[in-house]
Amino acid sequence: MKTDHKFLEVKNLKTQFNTPEGTVYAVNGVTFNLSEGETLAVVGESGCGKSVTMMSIMRLIQIPPGKIVGGEVIYRDNDLLQLSEEAMEQIRGREIAMIFQDPMTSLNPVLTVGRQLTETLRTHTPMTPEQCRERAQNLLELVGIPDAKKRLDNYPHQFSGGMRQRVMIAMSLACTPSLLIADEPTTALDVTIQAQIIELVKELKKSVGMAMIWITHDLGVVAGLADRVLVMYAGYVVEEALVDELYENTLHPYTLALLQALPRADRRRDQSLKSIKGSPPNLLVEPRGCPFAPRCEFVQEKCITENPALLDIETNHKVACWVDVKTGALR
Amino acid sequence: MSTPVQASNQPATMIAEIEAPPLSLGDLTWRRFKRHKMAIAGLVVLILLVIYSFGGAFFVTEKYANFTNTKERLQPPSAAHPFGTDTIGRDLLARTIYGGQISIIIGITAAFVEVMVGILIGALAGYFGGKVDAILMRFTEAMLNLPQLLLLIVMAKFFSSDIKNIDIFGREFSGSVVVIIFIIGLTSWPYLARIVRAEFLSIKEREFILAARATGTPTWEIIFKHILPNSIAPIVVSATLGVAGAISLEAYVSFLGLGVRAPTATWGNMLENAYRYIESAYWMWLFPGLFIVLIVLSINFLGDGLRDALDPRSRTV
Amino acid sequence: MTKYIVRRLLQAIPLLLLISLILFVLMQNATDPLATMGGRTPTKPEDRARLTRQLGLDKPIYIQYLYWLIGNDWAKTDLDGDGVAETYGTRHGVLRGDFGTSIVQTGRPVTEVIGERLPNTLILMLTSEVIIVFGALLVGVFSALRQYSFFDNLLTGILFVGYSMPIFFIALSTMYIFSVNFKRWGLPYLPTVGMFDPKVGETPAQIILHMILPVFSISFISFAAYSRYIRSTMLEVLGQDYIRTARSKGLPKREITFIHALKNASLPIVTVVGLDLPLLLGGAVVTERIFAWPGMGRLFIDGIDRGDTPVVMGILMMIAVSVVVFQILTDIVYAWLDPRIRFD
Repeated sequence: MKTDHKFLEVKNLKTQFNTPEGTVYAVNGVTFNLSEGETLAVVGESGCGKSVTMMSIMRLIQIPPGKIVGGEVIYRDNDLLQLSEEAMEQIRGREIAMIFQDPMTSLNPVLTVGRQLTETLRTHTPMTPEQCRERAQNLLELVGIPDAKKRLDNYPHQFSGGMRQRVMIAMSLACTPSLLIADEPTTALDVTIQAQIIELVKELKKSVGMAMIWITHDLGVVAGLADRVLVMYAGYVVEEALVDELYENTLHPYTLALLQALPRADRRRDQSLKSIKGSPPNLLVEPRGCPFAPRCEFVQEKCITENPALLDIETNHKVACWVDVKTGALR
Repeated sequence: MSTPVQASNQPATMIAEIEAPPLSLGDLTWRRFKRHKMAIAGLVVLILLVIYSFGGAFFVTEKYANFTNTKERLQPPSAAHPFGTDTIGRDLLARTIYGGQISIIIGITAAFVEVMVGILIGALAGYFGGKVDAILMRFTEAMLNLPQLLLLIVMAKFFSSDIKNIDIFGREFSGSVVVIIFIIGLTSWPYLARIVRAEFLSIKEREFILAARATGTPTWEIIFKHILPNSIAPIVVSATLGVAGAISLEAYVSFLGLGVRAPTATWGNMLENAYRYIESAYWMWLFPGLFIVLIVLSINFLGDGLRDALDPRSRTV
Repeated sequence: MTKYIVRRLLQAIPLLLLISLILFVLMQNATDPLATMGGRTPTKPEDRARLTRQLGLDKPIYIQYLYWLIGNDWAKTDLDGDGVAETYGTRHGVLRGDFGTSIVQTGRPVTEVIGERLPNTLILMLTSEVIIVFGALLVGVFSALRQYSFFDNLLTGILFVGYSMPIFFIALSTMYIFSVNFKRWGLPYLPTVGMFDPKVGETPAQIILHMILPVFSISFISFAAYSRYIRSTMLEVLGQDYIRTARSKGLPKREITFIHALKNASLPIVTVVGLDLPLLLGGAVVTERIFAWPGMGRLFIDGIDRGDTPVVMGILMMIAVSVVVFQILTDIVYAWLDPRIRFD
């Protein structure tokens, strides 16, 4: 894995949605980089903009009502936001693949699984139909679907939830992409299946050597999977660090609160679970100060009036916060 | 750690900005409806048409509308007769006013009959299930398999002999008005019955119904005070569109000569035989026809808006 | 799958019997066939008595229904009124294909009377249905793909107005513009009466020319309704997760629209198309009258007007049977198209 972080550079990405109730400020200047072969986890609660960011990178946002209003997404020296739709179609599925949250609805119910596997190959590679079919079979075997050859002619409803997600993974790997974006792929599955899927993905990633962006709201998953972590809130990146660093040296109040909210085996039984007070932000309003201020334990006057930028506080550790959580005072 | 500033010291406006207050169901519905400009337009046109038909009675007497003057038959639109005259010299403008009254009344009452029967059958089938459901649905399916217009024609003929005129509020109406109202209502309910049944089937299983049953609430109360109010959305939409349907159907049947009879005028029976005069007297079918189109259109717009406002998830033809 | 088909067919039988019973009861009381026996002059009283016995109208209604259903050639009727039943009836009953004889066209079997008008109506119906389905698919899909565009909004508006119009208004307006006024303005105009010009003869070209206005009137409303339905179905399908997946795989737009989306959208569309038959038939009745088209619709109205019960019952039963059959066909096609049902 190279660490030049030049594989994917997202700069100040901004995406909004026009709704009858007003403009939704979903992504407000997200910036991060990714190295080839690296695994980046993106963490945050529902509605914080993680999915919209990834969909914007893939240019899968529905326009209208959505609109990517600013920023750059430089993938291997090309700004994806400037490419034509045809050029983007070349990238999707072939260079960058995506898997989604709900395996029950993400597969087309009226097409066979085999067809849904081979169509990516047909579109992006010069393989013959027979070769495509063989590769499809191999892919199913790779993700651990028994009786793969027969299963190619089955329909999605004939697979269980966990198996469908494996099929999705197989589909995404068909053209050996360099980057896989996984949007909460295990959230809708049982915990045991979840573990299996994560193991599978880790193995595949090792053998194929691809980079991965893994969206989740589950900090437990992050620990076993990611090299680096991005924490998002209300459409902003609030913290970015290597995974161990994030857990051991948490710098943002929100990340801290998330970690503290995790139930832990070593806590005393009579201690109540810590939750984050307040409610999720209203994305219809462009926040003036720090978006987390209303719910922050360490809030200061400055936090209410000025939105902190994402800055390098320590090596390879960025934070968007005015306050030093170790001391409680402004930096 | 020094003591941090607590959230309660925050300026109230900022919290209010960030945490939007929830809207009540009524507010949400009204907001969604307001967005539908066409629905508002439909409502406005509908009100105008009602004012025209019922308010027009203050300017033109019914006697005048029925006043025949064969010397002035088939006159094109003029200052004296803005919509022209018909085959026996009656002023068409006046007839559209009084015809409108009857058409609108037929529409509303027929829709009412349809809703009553539809709710009754749908509720009984949906709530009791089993044999009751099977029998009622068999019957409903049988009705749905027959083209409604043909059924109406047969039923209109069924009642066609000996229709007397009836007297209400000093005005004379053909009994065929009542006949039409009933047969339209009695042939339109299957659509609504199916919808009501589906609603009842799904709501019946919800926990608050189980709770009501567990506390010994009588069946009628459960049906009418608990389930029915929760399924009101599709019923309202169906009833609204049913008015348009009834007006339309009356027009179709009257056009074929089997609907409302003389002396009562409706927009529909003004079109009877109008196709014979298509070359010589376009005003005979154009004006009543336009009125029918306008009212059906405006009710459809209104119904569409209501459907979006009350139940944005639904989608029907 | 075959079990499903058999089950539906078996369910259809009691349904049809129920329908026939309802219709029979209605018809028997709706018209008095003896009033004029389809002619112009009222029936003489002595003839009336004989005809009553001959047509079995003096029997209780359930017997009449029985005779209608399975005929009376196995039972004796009292034709000469002396109280003794001596003659066997001549009817074989509907279940054996005998719908009786027409009263208006005295003595002619109903099946023959209907049979000569049926093709004319079928020409109108089938042409209309084809135009409706293909036209609506085209417009509906196109409109869904161009959502929010000016074209889409305009089309949606026109379609909404179109499907709110009563058939006779469409018929009369088009008649007025394309026939009456075109003639006045010296333009080539469309004919409005009958199936062909008697001076030219019953040629395919004539029939097609005469078909234009009636088919347009019948199709327009359904075309508008279907286009709206297909559009909203497509929009709903296009918003589904699996379409998002397809797009993320970089599949070309055409493939996504016509294979991924349309295949799913076709399911509810098939259901709606299959169930539209009753509506079309109703529309045909009005249109055939306006355009003097010699089809089943006109036969129906005439039959009602002149009390030709056997013919009317024949038409109604035929319609009921075809609607039920069509429904079953639609269900079968749907079950076959949807793999979730096919591979249960």
